[in-house]
Amino acid sequence: MITRFEVNETNQMIEHENLDVRTITLGISLLDCVDVDLERLNEKIYKKITETAEELVATGQAIERDFGIPIVNKRISVTPIALVGGAACTCPEDFVTLAKTLDRAAKAVGVNFIGGYSALVSKGMTKADEFLMRSIPQALKETDFVCSSVNVGSTKTGLNMDAVRLMGEMVVKTAEYTKDTDCLGCAKLVIFCNAPDDNPFMAGAFHGVTETDAIINVGVSGPGVVKTALQAVRGADFEVLCETIKKTAFKITRVGQLVAQEASRRMGIPFGIIDLSLAPTPAVGDSVAEILEEIGLERAGAPGTTAALALLNDQVKKGGVMASSYVGGLSGAFIPVSEDQGMIDAVTEGALTLEKLEAMTCVCSVGLDMIAVPGDTPAATIAGIIADEAAIGMVNQKTTAVRLIPVIGKGVGETVEFGGLLGHAPIMPVNRFGCERFIERTGRIPAPIHSFKN
Amino acid sequence: MEKIIITVVGKDTVGIIARVCTYLADNGINILDISQTIVQGFFNMMMIVDAKEAKVSFDEMTGGLNAVGEQMGVRIRCQREEIFTKMHRI
Repeated sequence: MITRFEVNETNQMIEHENLDVRTITLGISLLDCVDVDLERLNEKIYKKITETAEELVATGQAIERDFGIPIVNKRISVTPIALVGGAACTCPEDFVTLAKTLDRAAKAVGVNFIGGYSALVSKGMTKADEFLMRSIPQALKETDFVCSSVNVGSTKTGLNMDAVRLMGEMVVKTAEYTKDTDCLGCAKLVIFCNAPDDNPFMAGAFHGVTETDAIINVGVSGPGVVKTALQAVRGADFEVLCETIKKTAFKITRVGQLVAQEASRRMGIPFGIIDLSLAPTPAVGDSVAEILEEIGLERAGAPGTTAALALLNDQVKKGGVMASSYVGGLSGAFIPVSEDQGMIDAVTEGALTLEKLEAMTCVCSVGLDMIAVPGDTPAATIAGIIADEAAIGMVNQKTTAVRLIPVIGKGVGETVEFGGLLGHAPIMPVNRFGCERFIERTGRIPAPIHSFKN
Repeated sequence: MEKIIITVVGKDTVGIIARVCTYLADNGINILDISQTIVQGFFNMMMIVDAKEAKVSFDEMTGGLNAVGEQMGVRIRCQREEIFTKMHRI
Protein backbone atom coordinates (compact mmCIF):
# COMPACT_ATOMS: atom_id res chain seq x y z
CA MET A 1 0.00 0.00 0.00
CA ILE A 2 1.15 3.53 -0.80
CA THR A 3 2.64 5.36 2.18
CA ARG A 4 2.16 8.91 3.36
CA PHE A 5 5.83 9.58 2.65
CA GLU A 6 5.39 8.61 -1.00
CA VAL A 7 2.23 10.65 -1.41
CA ASN A 8 3.92 13.66 0.14
CA GLU A 9 6.97 13.27 -2.08
CA THR A 10 4.86 13.25 -5.26
CA ASN A 11 2.74 16.19 -4.17
CA GLN A 12 5.82 18.12 -3.05
CA MET A 13 7.24 17.65 -6.57
CA ILE A 14 4.02 18.95 -8.13
CA GLU A 15 3.46 21.86 -5.77
CA HIS A 16 6.95 23.13 -5.07
CA GLU A 17 9.30 21.71 -7.71
CA ASN A 18 7.29 22.44 -10.87
CA LEU A 19 6.70 18.80 -11.79
CA ASP A 20 4.30 18.73 -14.69
CA VAL A 21 3.58 17.00 -17.93
CA ARG A 22 4.77 19.54 -20.44
CA THR A 23 2.66 18.46 -23.36
CA ILE A 24 0.20 15.96 -24.74
CA THR A 25 0.73 16.21 -28.47
CA LEU A 26 -1.74 14.59 -30.80
CA GLY A 27 -0.11 13.63 -34.08
CA ILE A 28 -2.53 13.64 -37.01
CA SER A 29 -1.77 12.37 -40.49
CA LEU A 30 -3.08 14.67 -43.21
CA LEU A 31 -1.99 12.43 -46.08
CA ASP A 32 -5.59 11.39 -46.71
CA CYS A 33 -6.53 15.05 -47.22
CA VAL A 34 -4.33 15.46 -50.31
CA ASP A 35 -6.24 17.08 -53.17
CA VAL A 36 -5.36 18.99 -56.33
CA ASP A 37 -7.94 21.65 -55.50
CA LEU A 38 -6.64 24.12 -52.93
CA GLU A 39 -10.01 25.08 -51.52
CA ARG A 40 -11.04 21.45 -51.05
CA LEU A 41 -7.67 20.67 -49.48
CA ASN A 42 -8.17 23.46 -46.94
CA GLU A 43 -11.62 22.17 -46.08
CA LYS A 44 -10.44 18.59 -45.65
CA ILE A 45 -7.53 19.65 -43.42
CA TYR A 46 -9.79 21.71 -41.19
CA LYS A 47 -12.31 18.90 -40.90
CA LYS A 48 -9.73 16.19 -40.18
CA ILE A 49 -7.98 18.21 -37.47
CA THR A 50 -11.10 19.48 -35.71
CA GLU A 51 -12.76 16.05 -35.74
CA THR A 52 -9.70 14.09 -34.58
CA ALA A 53 -8.70 16.58 -31.89
CA GLU A 54 -12.18 17.49 -30.70
CA GLU A 55 -11.72 15.80 -27.32
CA LEU A 56 -8.01 16.55 -26.82
CA VAL A 57 -8.21 19.56 -24.52
CA ALA A 58 -11.14 18.21 -22.46
CA THR A 59 -9.38 14.86 -22.04
CA GLY A 60 -6.18 16.58 -20.92
CA GLN A 61 -8.11 18.61 -18.36
CA ALA A 62 -9.92 15.52 -17.05
CA ILE A 63 -6.60 13.72 -16.55
CA GLU A 64 -5.23 16.76 -14.72
CA ARG A 65 -8.19 16.65 -12.32
CA ASP A 66 -8.06 12.88 -11.76
CA PHE A 67 -4.38 12.67 -10.92
CA GLY A 68 -3.69 16.17 -9.65
CA ILE A 69 -0.86 16.65 -12.12
CA PRO A 70 -0.73 19.78 -14.30
CA ILE A 71 -0.61 19.16 -18.05
CA VAL A 72 0.72 22.46 -19.28
CA ASN A 73 0.09 22.19 -23.01
CA LYS A 74 -2.20 20.33 -25.33
CA ARG A 75 -0.90 20.47 -28.87
CA ILE A 76 -1.24 19.04 -32.35
CA SER A 77 1.36 17.96 -34.88
CA VAL A 78 0.50 17.21 -38.49
CA THR A 79 2.12 15.64 -41.54
CA PRO A 80 4.73 17.99 -43.05
CA ILE A 81 2.60 20.41 -45.03
CA ALA A 82 4.98 20.46 -48.01
CA LEU A 83 3.89 16.87 -48.67
CA VAL A 84 0.20 17.54 -48.08
CA GLY A 85 0.06 20.71 -50.20
CA GLY A 86 2.37 19.58 -53.00
CA ALA A 87 -0.42 18.76 -55.44
CA ALA A 88 -2.53 21.86 -54.81
CA CYS A 89 -0.04 24.66 -54.16
CA THR A 90 1.62 26.32 -57.12
CA CYS A 91 3.22 29.24 -55.29
CA PRO A 92 4.29 30.20 -51.74
CA GLU A 93 1.06 32.19 -51.25
CA ASP A 94 -0.99 29.01 -51.74
CA PHE A 95 0.86 27.43 -48.84
CA VAL A 96 0.06 30.44 -46.64
CA THR A 97 -3.65 29.57 -46.99
CA LEU A 98 -2.87 26.15 -45.51
CA ALA A 99 -1.05 27.81 -42.59
CA LYS A 100 -4.12 29.92 -41.92
CA THR A 101 -6.33 26.83 -41.99
CA LEU A 102 -4.04 25.10 -39.46
CA ASP A 103 -4.24 28.19 -37.25
CA ARG A 104 -8.01 28.28 -37.48
CA ALA A 105 -8.29 24.57 -36.66
CA ALA A 106 -5.94 24.95 -33.68
CA LYS A 107 -8.04 27.78 -32.30
CA ALA A 108 -11.26 25.84 -32.85
CA VAL A 109 -10.11 22.89 -30.73
CA GLY A 110 -8.38 25.06 -28.11
CA VAL A 111 -4.75 23.90 -28.40
CA ASN A 112 -1.96 26.45 -28.01
CA PHE A 113 0.34 25.35 -30.84
CA ILE A 114 0.09 23.31 -34.02
CA GLY A 115 3.31 22.01 -35.56
CA GLY A 116 4.03 20.58 -38.96
CA TYR A 117 4.28 23.56 -41.26
CA SER A 118 7.34 21.70 -42.37
CA ALA A 119 9.48 20.40 -45.19
CA LEU A 120 11.86 17.43 -45.13
CA VAL A 121 14.66 18.35 -47.49
CA SER A 122 17.72 16.59 -46.11
CA LYS A 123 18.87 15.57 -49.58
CA GLY A 124 16.92 17.68 -52.04
CA MET A 125 14.00 20.07 -52.37
CA THR A 126 10.95 19.46 -54.51
CA LYS A 127 9.23 22.52 -55.97
CA ALA A 128 6.58 22.20 -53.24
CA ASP A 129 9.26 22.04 -50.53
CA GLU A 130 10.81 25.23 -51.84
CA PHE A 131 7.45 27.01 -52.08
CA LEU A 132 6.70 26.07 -48.49
CA MET A 133 10.11 27.21 -47.26
CA ARG A 134 9.74 30.53 -49.07
CA SER A 135 6.25 30.97 -47.59
CA ILE A 136 7.40 30.56 -43.96
CA PRO A 137 7.93 34.28 -43.15
CA GLN A 138 4.47 35.21 -44.45
CA ALA A 139 2.84 32.16 -42.84
CA LEU A 140 4.33 32.92 -39.43
CA LYS A 141 3.39 36.57 -39.73
CA GLU A 142 -0.25 35.82 -40.51
CA THR A 143 -0.85 33.06 -37.95
CA ASP A 144 -0.64 32.86 -34.16
CA PHE A 145 -0.26 29.17 -33.30
CA VAL A 146 1.44 27.62 -36.33
CA CYS A 147 4.96 26.28 -35.82
CA SER A 148 7.32 25.58 -38.66
CA SER A 149 10.34 23.31 -39.06
CA VAL A 150 12.64 22.28 -41.86
CA ASN A 151 14.94 19.26 -41.82
CA VAL A 152 18.03 20.20 -43.82
CA GLY A 153 20.26 17.19 -43.24
CA SER A 154 20.73 13.73 -41.82
CA THR A 155 23.50 11.26 -41.09
CA LYS A 156 22.28 9.10 -43.97
CA THR A 157 21.96 11.84 -46.59
CA GLY A 158 24.45 14.52 -45.63
CA LEU A 159 23.58 18.22 -45.56
CA ASN A 160 21.49 19.97 -48.18
CA MET A 161 23.46 23.21 -48.33
CA ASP A 162 21.02 24.82 -50.77
CA ALA A 163 18.34 24.39 -48.10
CA VAL A 164 20.72 25.67 -45.40
CA ARG A 165 21.40 28.82 -47.44
CA LEU A 166 17.70 29.36 -48.12
CA MET A 167 16.79 28.90 -44.45
CA GLY A 168 19.44 31.45 -43.41
CA GLU A 169 17.58 33.92 -45.61
CA MET A 170 14.16 32.82 -44.35
CA VAL A 171 15.15 33.24 -40.69
CA VAL A 172 16.16 36.85 -41.39
CA LYS A 173 13.02 37.44 -43.47
CA THR A 174 10.80 35.97 -40.74
CA ALA A 175 12.43 38.33 -38.24
CA GLU A 176 11.73 41.28 -40.53
CA TYR A 177 8.12 40.24 -41.15
CA THR A 178 7.43 39.90 -37.43
CA LYS A 179 9.56 42.78 -36.13
CA ASP A 180 6.53 44.46 -34.55
CA THR A 181 6.26 41.55 -32.11
CA ASP A 182 10.00 41.39 -31.25
CA CYS A 183 10.57 38.95 -34.16
CA LEU A 184 8.37 36.34 -32.47
CA GLY A 185 8.00 34.47 -35.78
CA CYS A 186 11.56 33.15 -35.40
CA ALA A 187 10.65 31.55 -32.06
CA LYS A 188 8.27 29.32 -34.02
CA LEU A 189 10.79 28.24 -36.66
CA VAL A 190 13.28 25.39 -36.17
CA ILE A 191 15.89 24.11 -38.60
CA PHE A 192 16.78 20.47 -37.93
CA CYS A 193 19.32 17.82 -38.78
CA ASN A 194 18.11 14.25 -38.12
CA ALA A 195 14.63 15.44 -37.13
CA PRO A 196 12.64 12.71 -35.32
CA ASP A 197 9.19 11.76 -36.65
CA ASP A 198 7.57 11.64 -33.21
CA ASN A 199 8.79 14.70 -31.34
CA PRO A 200 5.97 16.12 -29.17
CA PHE A 201 7.78 19.39 -28.35
CA MET A 202 7.26 22.63 -30.23
CA ALA A 203 8.30 24.37 -32.30
CA GLY A 204 9.76 21.33 -34.04
CA ALA A 205 6.91 18.84 -33.75
CA PHE A 206 5.53 17.26 -36.89
CA HIS A 207 3.75 13.98 -37.58
CA GLY A 208 6.21 11.92 -39.59
CA VAL A 209 5.24 9.98 -42.68
CA THR A 210 6.20 6.71 -40.97
CA GLU A 211 3.51 7.28 -38.34
CA THR A 212 -0.04 5.91 -38.09
CA ASP A 213 -3.20 7.93 -38.72
CA ALA A 214 -3.33 9.53 -35.27
CA ILE A 215 -1.10 9.07 -32.24
CA ILE A 216 -0.58 10.43 -28.73
CA ASN A 217 2.94 11.50 -27.81
CA VAL A 218 3.76 12.95 -24.41
CA GLY A 219 6.60 15.20 -23.31
CA VAL A 220 7.48 15.21 -19.62
CA SER A 221 9.36 17.84 -17.68
CA GLY A 222 10.90 18.29 -14.29
CA PRO A 223 14.25 20.11 -14.07
CA GLY A 224 13.14 21.43 -10.66
CA VAL A 225 12.60 17.91 -9.34
CA VAL A 226 16.07 16.79 -10.43
CA LYS A 227 17.63 19.89 -8.90
CA THR A 228 15.89 19.36 -5.56
CA ALA A 229 16.92 15.69 -5.50
CA LEU A 230 20.54 16.69 -6.13
CA GLN A 231 20.45 19.28 -3.36
CA ALA A 232 19.84 16.45 -0.93
CA VAL A 233 23.08 14.70 -1.97
CA ARG A 234 25.29 17.76 -2.35
CA GLY A 235 28.99 16.90 -2.36
CA ALA A 236 28.48 13.18 -2.94
CA ASP A 237 30.58 11.23 -5.46
CA PHE A 238 29.66 10.67 -9.11
CA GLU A 239 28.05 7.30 -8.45
CA VAL A 240 25.57 8.81 -6.00
CA LEU A 241 25.04 11.80 -8.30
CA CYS A 242 24.22 9.56 -11.27
CA GLU A 243 22.02 7.25 -9.22
CA THR A 244 20.02 10.21 -7.92
CA ILE A 245 19.40 11.62 -11.41
CA LYS A 246 18.41 8.20 -12.74
CA LYS A 247 15.92 7.53 -9.96
CA THR A 248 14.37 10.96 -10.35
CA ALA A 249 14.14 10.63 -14.14
CA PHE A 250 12.42 7.29 -13.63
CA LYS A 251 9.76 8.82 -11.40
CA ILE A 252 9.14 11.76 -13.72
CA THR A 253 8.86 9.53 -16.76
CA ARG A 254 6.41 7.18 -15.05
CA VAL A 255 4.04 10.10 -14.59
CA GLY A 256 4.34 10.84 -18.30
CA GLN A 257 3.70 7.19 -19.11
CA LEU A 258 0.56 7.18 -16.97
CA VAL A 259 -0.77 10.35 -18.59
CA ALA A 260 0.01 9.03 -22.08
CA GLN A 261 -1.75 5.73 -21.45
CA GLU A 262 -4.78 7.44 -19.94
CA ALA A 263 -5.03 9.94 -22.80
CA SER A 264 -4.69 7.11 -25.30
CA ARG A 265 -7.37 5.01 -23.60
CA ARG A 266 -9.84 7.84 -23.16
CA MET A 267 -9.48 9.16 -26.71
CA GLY A 268 -9.21 5.76 -28.38
CA ILE A 269 -6.03 6.85 -30.13
CA PRO A 270 -2.85 4.74 -29.87
CA PHE A 271 0.03 5.80 -27.63
CA GLY A 272 3.24 6.57 -29.50
CA ILE A 273 6.16 7.61 -27.34
CA ILE A 274 7.24 9.44 -24.21
CA ASP A 275 9.82 12.14 -24.77
CA LEU A 276 12.13 12.12 -21.74
CA SER A 277 13.41 15.63 -22.20
CA LEU A 278 14.10 17.82 -19.21
CA ALA A 279 12.32 20.90 -20.49
CA PRO A 280 12.89 24.09 -18.49
CA THR A 281 10.55 27.08 -18.19
CA PRO A 282 11.36 30.66 -17.26
CA ALA A 283 9.99 29.98 -13.74
CA VAL A 284 12.63 30.13 -11.01
CA GLY A 285 13.60 26.61 -9.95
CA ASP A 286 12.55 25.03 -13.26
CA SER A 287 15.94 25.36 -14.90
CA VAL A 288 18.46 22.98 -16.49
CA ALA A 289 21.19 25.57 -15.83
CA GLU A 290 20.40 25.38 -12.10
CA ILE A 291 20.92 21.59 -12.22
CA LEU A 292 24.35 22.19 -13.76
CA GLU A 293 25.07 24.66 -10.96
CA GLU A 294 23.93 22.10 -8.39
CA ILE A 295 26.29 19.55 -9.97
CA GLY A 296 29.10 21.97 -9.15
CA LEU A 297 29.46 24.76 -11.69
CA GLU A 298 29.48 28.40 -10.60
CA ARG A 299 27.43 29.22 -13.70
CA ALA A 300 26.32 27.30 -16.79
CA GLY A 301 29.05 27.87 -19.36
CA ALA A 302 31.96 27.52 -16.92
CA PRO A 303 34.65 24.92 -17.77
CA GLY A 304 33.16 21.52 -16.96
CA THR A 305 29.75 22.44 -18.34
CA THR A 306 29.92 20.09 -21.33
CA ALA A 307 30.96 17.17 -19.14
CA ALA A 308 28.27 17.89 -16.55
CA LEU A 309 25.63 18.18 -19.27
CA ALA A 310 26.79 14.93 -20.91
CA LEU A 311 26.41 13.17 -17.57
CA LEU A 312 23.00 14.69 -16.92
CA ASN A 313 21.71 13.81 -20.38
CA ASP A 314 22.89 10.22 -20.15
CA GLN A 315 21.48 9.59 -16.68
CA VAL A 316 18.11 11.08 -17.64
CA LYS A 317 17.94 8.60 -20.52
CA LYS A 318 19.07 5.65 -18.39
CA GLY A 319 16.44 6.36 -15.75
CA GLY A 320 13.75 7.18 -18.28
CA VAL A 321 14.05 4.15 -20.54
CA MET A 322 13.19 1.84 -17.69
CA ALA A 323 10.02 3.79 -16.99
CA SER A 324 8.51 3.48 -20.46
CA SER A 325 8.80 0.86 -23.16
CA TYR A 326 8.39 3.44 -25.88
CA VAL A 327 10.76 6.33 -25.59
CA GLY A 328 11.36 8.62 -28.53
CA GLY A 329 11.30 12.18 -29.76
CA LEU A 330 14.25 14.23 -28.60
CA SER A 331 14.71 12.72 -25.12
CA GLY A 332 17.53 14.51 -23.34
CA ALA A 333 18.12 17.84 -21.65
CA PHE A 334 16.96 20.98 -23.42
CA ILE A 335 19.16 24.06 -23.20
CA PRO A 336 17.04 26.88 -24.59
CA VAL A 337 18.38 30.24 -23.48
CA SER A 338 15.26 32.41 -23.26
CA GLU A 339 13.15 29.69 -21.61
CA ASP A 340 15.58 29.01 -18.75
CA GLN A 341 16.24 31.66 -16.10
CA GLY A 342 19.60 30.10 -15.17
CA MET A 343 20.75 30.24 -18.80
CA ILE A 344 19.62 33.86 -19.09
CA ASP A 345 21.60 34.77 -15.95
CA ALA A 346 24.66 32.91 -17.28
CA VAL A 347 24.53 34.85 -20.56
CA THR A 348 23.95 38.19 -18.81
CA GLU A 349 26.94 37.63 -16.54
CA GLY A 350 29.17 36.63 -19.45
CA ALA A 351 29.59 32.99 -18.41
CA LEU A 352 27.86 31.51 -21.45
CA THR A 353 28.66 32.25 -25.09
CA LEU A 354 27.25 31.06 -28.40
CA GLU A 355 30.37 28.96 -28.96
CA LYS A 356 30.05 27.21 -25.58
CA LEU A 357 26.38 26.54 -26.29
CA GLU A 358 27.42 24.95 -29.59
CA ALA A 359 29.81 22.66 -27.72
CA MET A 360 27.04 21.77 -25.26
CA THR A 361 24.75 20.74 -28.11
CA CYS A 362 27.18 17.92 -28.95
CA VAL A 363 26.15 16.08 -25.80
CA CYS A 364 22.51 16.95 -25.21
CA SER A 365 19.26 16.80 -27.12
CA VAL A 366 18.52 19.42 -29.74
CA GLY A 367 20.76 22.43 -30.24
CA LEU A 368 21.06 26.19 -30.37
CA ASP A 369 17.64 26.97 -29.02
CA MET A 370 15.85 30.27 -28.43
CA ILE A 371 18.96 32.39 -28.80
CA ALA A 372 18.52 36.07 -29.59
CA VAL A 373 21.22 37.55 -31.84
CA PRO A 374 21.70 41.09 -33.19
CA GLY A 375 19.18 42.11 -35.85
CA ASP A 376 21.91 43.02 -38.34
CA THR A 377 23.38 39.50 -38.39
CA PRO A 378 23.78 38.60 -42.10
CA ALA A 379 21.72 35.73 -43.54
CA ALA A 380 24.95 34.00 -44.59
CA THR A 381 26.20 34.03 -40.99
CA ILE A 382 22.93 32.48 -39.77
CA ALA A 383 23.23 29.87 -42.54
CA GLY A 384 26.80 29.22 -41.34
CA ILE A 385 25.57 28.66 -37.78
CA ILE A 386 22.84 26.32 -39.10
CA ALA A 387 25.46 24.41 -41.12
CA ASP A 388 27.76 24.04 -38.08
CA GLU A 389 24.96 22.75 -35.91
CA ALA A 390 23.68 20.39 -38.61
CA ALA A 391 27.20 19.05 -39.11
CA ILE A 392 27.37 18.19 -35.39
CA GLY A 393 24.11 16.27 -35.74
CA MET A 394 25.14 14.55 -38.95
CA VAL A 395 28.52 13.35 -37.68
CA ASN A 396 27.31 12.37 -34.21
CA GLN A 397 24.15 10.63 -35.46
CA LYS A 398 21.94 12.76 -33.26
CA THR A 399 19.23 15.36 -33.65
CA THR A 400 20.42 18.94 -33.67
CA ALA A 401 18.42 22.07 -34.31
CA VAL A 402 18.72 25.80 -34.59
CA ARG A 403 16.16 28.31 -33.38
CA LEU A 404 17.81 31.72 -33.62
CA ILE A 405 16.03 35.04 -33.30
CA PRO A 406 17.74 37.94 -35.05
CA VAL A 407 16.07 40.83 -33.25
CA ILE A 408 15.57 43.60 -35.79
CA GLY A 409 16.62 47.01 -34.47
CA LYS A 410 18.38 45.63 -31.40
CA GLY A 411 22.00 44.80 -30.62
CA VAL A 412 24.22 43.12 -28.04
CA GLY A 413 23.39 44.17 -24.47
CA GLU A 414 19.70 44.68 -25.12
CA THR A 415 17.02 42.14 -24.26
CA VAL A 416 13.94 40.85 -26.01
CA GLU A 417 10.68 39.78 -24.35
CA PHE A 418 8.56 36.98 -25.83
CA GLY A 419 6.34 36.32 -22.84
CA GLY A 420 4.88 33.10 -21.44
CA LEU A 421 6.81 29.87 -21.83
CA LEU A 422 9.05 31.47 -24.47
CA GLY A 423 10.51 33.81 -21.86
CA HIS A 424 12.97 36.63 -22.48
CA ALA A 425 16.52 36.70 -23.78
CA PRO A 426 19.60 38.89 -23.70
CA ILE A 427 20.95 39.43 -27.23
CA MET A 428 24.18 37.49 -27.64
CA PRO A 429 27.16 38.51 -29.77
CA VAL A 430 27.84 36.55 -32.95
CA ASN A 431 31.30 36.04 -34.49
CA ARG A 432 31.70 39.02 -36.85
CA PHE A 433 33.85 37.23 -39.42
CA GLY A 434 31.97 36.24 -42.58
CA CYS A 435 31.34 32.89 -44.31
CA GLU A 436 29.62 34.14 -47.49
CA ARG A 437 31.90 32.30 -49.91
CA PHE A 438 31.29 29.01 -48.10
CA ILE A 439 27.52 29.46 -47.98
CA GLU A 440 27.34 30.60 -51.63
CA ARG A 441 28.53 27.18 -52.81
CA THR A 442 25.65 25.13 -54.21
CA GLY A 443 24.88 21.45 -53.73
CA ARG A 444 25.26 19.30 -50.65
CA ILE A 445 27.80 18.05 -48.15
CA PRO A 446 28.07 14.26 -48.57
CA ALA A 447 27.03 11.87 -45.82
CA PRO A 448 29.88 10.93 -43.45
CA ILE A 449 31.71 7.66 -43.96
CA HIS A 450 30.27 6.04 -40.84
CA SER A 451 26.74 6.33 -42.26
CA PHE A 452 27.48 3.45 -44.65
CA LYS A 453 26.45 0.57 -42.46
CA ASN A 454 24.78 -1.71 -44.99
CA MET B 1 -11.73 -1.47 -6.56
CA GLU B 2 -11.25 2.19 -7.48
CA LYS B 3 -8.69 3.58 -5.11
CA ILE B 4 -8.39 7.28 -4.48
CA ILE B 5 -5.86 9.02 -2.27
CA ILE B 6 -7.18 11.90 -0.21
CA THR B 7 -4.70 14.25 1.40
CA VAL B 8 -5.63 16.92 3.91
CA VAL B 9 -3.15 19.61 4.89
CA GLY B 10 -3.73 22.71 7.00
CA LYS B 11 -4.08 24.22 10.44
CA ASP B 12 -5.26 21.69 13.00
CA THR B 13 -8.79 22.15 14.34
CA VAL B 14 -11.32 19.93 16.07
CA GLY B 15 -13.31 17.59 13.85
CA ILE B 16 -11.39 17.53 10.54
CA ILE B 17 -11.36 13.74 10.31
CA ALA B 18 -14.97 13.56 11.46
CA ARG B 19 -16.15 15.95 8.76
CA VAL B 20 -14.21 14.20 5.99
CA CYS B 21 -15.37 10.75 7.14
CA THR B 22 -18.98 11.89 7.35
CA TYR B 23 -18.84 13.15 3.77
CA LEU B 24 -17.33 9.85 2.63
CA ALA B 25 -19.86 7.73 4.52
CA ASP B 26 -22.77 9.80 3.19
CA ASN B 27 -21.60 9.19 -0.35
CA GLY B 28 -20.84 5.48 -0.15
CA ILE B 29 -17.07 5.79 -0.22
CA ASN B 30 -15.24 3.17 1.83
CA ILE B 31 -12.11 4.07 3.82
CA LEU B 32 -9.30 1.51 3.50
CA ASP B 33 -6.50 3.24 5.36
CA ILE B 34 -5.92 6.42 7.34
CA SER B 35 -2.65 7.86 8.59
CA GLN B 36 -2.41 11.22 10.24
CA THR B 37 0.17 13.34 11.99
CA ILE B 38 0.69 16.88 13.30
CA VAL B 39 3.87 18.61 12.15
CA GLN B 40 4.56 21.95 13.90
CA GLY B 41 0.85 22.54 14.50
CA PHE B 42 -0.08 21.56 10.95
CA PHE B 43 -2.53 18.79 10.34
CA ASN B 44 -1.37 16.28 7.72
CA MET B 45 -3.58 13.34 6.81
CA MET B 46 -3.57 10.75 4.07
CA MET B 47 -6.50 8.48 3.39
CA ILE B 48 -6.86 5.64 0.94
CA VAL B 49 -10.48 5.10 -0.06
CA ASP B 50 -12.37 2.83 -2.41
CA ALA B 51 -14.89 4.72 -4.55
CA LYS B 52 -16.24 1.71 -6.43
CA GLU B 53 -19.65 1.95 -4.78
CA ALA B 54 -19.64 5.76 -4.60
CA LYS B 55 -22.92 7.58 -5.14
CA VAL B 56 -21.05 10.52 -6.69
CA SER B 57 -18.60 10.91 -9.58
CA PHE B 58 -14.90 11.65 -9.02
CA ASP B 59 -15.41 15.30 -9.94
CA GLU B 60 -18.38 15.66 -7.57
CA MET B 61 -16.41 14.03 -4.78
CA THR B 62 -13.49 16.42 -5.37
CA GLY B 63 -15.87 19.36 -5.36
CA GLY B 64 -17.66 18.15 -2.22
CA LEU B 65 -14.46 17.58 -0.28
CA ASN B 66 -13.03 20.90 -1.44
CA ALA B 67 -16.12 22.57 0.04
CA VAL B 68 -15.59 20.69 3.33
CA GLY B 69 -11.93 21.79 3.27
CA GLU B 70 -12.84 25.41 2.74
CA GLN B 71 -15.22 25.38 5.71
CA MET B 72 -12.50 23.88 7.93
CA GLY B 73 -9.64 26.04 6.58
CA VAL B 74 -7.66 23.06 5.27
CA ARG B 75 -6.65 21.97 1.77
CA ILE B 76 -8.11 18.67 0.56
CA ARG B 77 -6.82 16.95 -2.56
CA CYS B 78 -8.20 13.86 -4.30
CA GLN B 79 -6.00 11.96 -6.71
CA ARG B 80 -6.40 8.56 -8.31
CA GLU B 81 -3.97 6.09 -6.81
CA GLU B 82 -2.14 5.32 -10.05
CA ILE B 83 -0.07 8.50 -10.01
CA PHE B 84 1.58 7.26 -6.81
CA THR B 85 1.85 3.56 -7.63
CA LYS B 86 3.31 4.30 -11.07
CA MET B 87 5.87 6.65 -9.60
CA HIS B 88 6.89 4.66 -6.56
CA ARG B 89 6.40 1.00 -7.52
CA ILE B 90 8.13 -0.93 -10.29
